[in-house]
Amino acid sequence: MIQPVSDLPLWAAMVVAAFLIFGSALALIGAIGFLRLPTFYERLHAPTLGTSWGVGGIMLASMVYFSVSSSRPVLHEILIGLFVTVTTPITFMLLARAALHRDRAESNGNVPEKHQHDLEDVEAIQGNAEEN
Amino acid sequence: MSAVILLTAISIAQLLIALAMAIASVRMFRGPRAQDRIIGLDTLYINAMLMLVTFGIGTGSTIYFEAALVIGMLGFVATVALAKFLMRGEVIE
Amino acid sequence: MMLPYPILAVCLLLMWLMLNGFSWGQLVLGALVALFASWALASLRPDKPKLRKWWLIPKLVTVVFVDILRSNLAVATLILKGKRRPHTSGFLLLPLEIENKTALALLAIILTSTPGSAWLEYDSRDRTVLLHVLDLIDEEQWIATIKHRYEALLLEIFA
Repeated sequence: MIQPVSDLPLWAAMVVAAFLIFGSALALIGAIGFLRLPTFYERLHAPTLGTSWGVGGIMLASMVYFSVSSSRPVLHEILIGLFVTVTTPITFMLLARAALHRDRAESNGNVPEKHQHDLEDVEAIQGNAEEN
Repeated sequence: MSAVILLTAISIAQLLIALAMAIASVRMFRGPRAQDRIIGLDTLYINAMLMLVTFGIGTGSTIYFEAALVIGMLGFVATVALAKFLMRGEVIE
Repeated sequence: MMLPYPILAVCLLLMWLMLNGFSWGQLVLGALVALFASWALASLRPDKPKLRKWWLIPKLVTVVFVDILRSNLAVATLILKGKRRPHTSGFLLLPLEIENKTALALLAIILTSTPGSAWLEYDSRDRTVLLHVLDLIDEEQWIATIKHRYEALLLEIFA
């Protein structure tokens, strides 16, 4: 099923192999940490291994491979890398805020409370509403 | 020689990524809460994307790159929608 | 105005050429797409980020690149050590001086992409952000590192 189309020079093959194994090992370690860490907020850290240098390693491997085998610079893998780097913080931030919101609403776990002034504001708004 | 190195490296990488996908889906099924399942889905699609890129290196065709890009975009939109749903109880306000 | 967001237009054109390969026809097509996309964005009227010291951007990129690699390795060893390690994770409230939205977004991306720290919630009134740190041994040191390494640079780059 798998047949590398072109014979790469040895150094390029070594570089591609090293980046591939580095990236996929980081992705696997991230997944293992995601399974084993005890609380949600700790688990949140593990997949970023896969999304930072896991993706980075495999993109670099692909870039080196296609650049050498077609003997012109192939850079479009950078787009996936950039896209993942920009989007992962968004999903993780949204999920973390959702988790904080849910944990606060159910008051479980050692979650830091929201700042006091929010409650004061709510009371002030309610007070105004009653006055009007 | 270089073909052998590449083949072994690609096979090892695919094995590791497949394991990562399996572990992510274990967490997705086990939970315990909805946010864990959503991050499991997120990890699953990122790893699927990486798997497609390694297929691309293995076959030497760039078609897989486009498939990976599409998976990345759809996965991102899906996760954001799910996270939004978790926070507000509705996706579009 | 012809080009409301020149940097964005150039980036879009570059992306188009990367995806489709370079030829003169693709260059024209990509330029048209970039032009229409920046007009479309102009009708949304986002805040235009003002760059002050743009030549510091490569420095920031290198610092972040190396830091992400380092913390990748650190977190990987933490995970592989498993249950033998003491429980050291915790929440951290970090006061910020940055107010520029683009700079804040960049800081959020940097801190979340770095394994070992996650950005949870920003409070625009107090100008504090709630972080979760996997290996929280010395709070003061964490705050000092973030402020010194990233925030100072971002403050200089964005006016």
